[in-house]
Amino acid sequence: MASGVKPRVKVPKKAAAGDVITIKSLISHKMESGQRKDGSGNLIPRSIINRFTCDFNGQNVIDVTLEPAISTNPYFEFEAQVPEAGEFKFTWYDDDGDVYEETKSIAV
Amino acid sequence: MKFKALTAAVALFAAPMAFAGGADDDNLVINGDLEITTKAAAPQHLDGVLDEVISGWHFRSDETQALEMDDFDNPGMIFVDQAVDQWNTAEGSEGKSCADCHGAPEDMAGVKAVYPKWNEAAGEVRTLQMQMNDCRTNRMGADAWKYDAGDAINMVALMSSVSRGMPVNVATDGPAAELWQKGKDLYYTRTGQLELSCANCHEDNYGNYIRADHLSQGQINGFPAYRLKNAKLNGVHSRFKGCVRDTRAETYSPGSEEFIALELYVASRGNGLSVEGPSVRN
Repeated sequence: MASGVKPRVKVPKKAAAGDVITIKSLISHKMESGQRKDGSGNLIPRSIINRFTCDFNGQNVIDVTLEPAISTNPYFEFEAQVPEAGEFKFTWYDDDGDVYEETKSIAV
Repeated sequence: MKFKALTAAVALFAAPMAFAGGADDDNLVINGDLEITTKAAAPQHLDGVLDEVISGWHFRSDETQALEMDDFDNPGMIFVDQAVDQWNTAEGSEGKSCADCHGAPEDMAGVKAVYPKWNEAAGEVRTLQMQMNDCRTNRMGADAWKYDAGDAINMVALMSSVSRGMPVNVATDGPAAELWQKGKDLYYTRTGQLELSCANCHEDNYGNYIRADHLSQGQINGFPAYRLKNAKLNGVHSRFKGCVRDTRAETYSPGSEEFIALELYVASRGNGLSVEGPSVRN
């Protein structure tokens, strides 16, 4: 597992049914592009988050492919309509196979 | 004639721009409830020099300002989180963590506001990082942190974050007075090929443009500062070093006595402003 990885999400605790809410997410990750070299000239292997998804009660809200040009600590802010009370599930997929998850429930 | 009319029009549009670099009138409220004093009456020792001390926050664009108004948006808080982990990690031959002696980080509220501070036992003025390293080497039996580097600056950011909103109150009298005077002398000493002192920019010309950027008063109440230009937390001494380098001078080193003196003096120029770090700046 890459070191110092910590996901965080900000979702309002409550919303009215049908409301459009703003969701902010950030994961601390070094997002090593695979194109840099270390002090002795060796290529530093690529290590990035390559995919981010958000689901609400099993229904997909957003599914993002991340590329090496995205900088450290990727941040996503997006809007979602909340039809009912439920749970947002956020998933980040690391190059090394690790999957980081975070859930937030919202009341209506 | 046409040419003249055109230049007149350009001059008309350009004129307001020339004054656009000053402090704005926005209010800084963090997380919707933590009010930060970003403008205050200047401390007494600045009589005749400045009427008002102003946080660097006022000199930044609305977008940059907004980043500091919510902890989730403030990239500096990522490093604060890392420092919380460090706070609870036992290290060194004594197997102690910061938490073992000091409790929760919140118990340290107010500490950042009074540093640099005279340490009676050591007989010297100490910055927060010097005090931390004293703890690490003498009480934890751990290695000292490098000045202004990773762990050290993260921990300063944590200490600062729990003191946010409290007024900076650095003592300039008593045993600290000698070093304070040295810092003041440094502040007004011109350095480098450009022969600029701190005061030339940050006292005489704050609010004016320096190339494409706005000059602030050079207050350090918001340090450590997350700078968008290098995407990391920056310590006060590292910032001093950058400024001195920009005058094309050989710089002092972070952690040197000169910079400790300068930090003491510059911090005291912000007495009355709120502790604001980790702040977000250009």
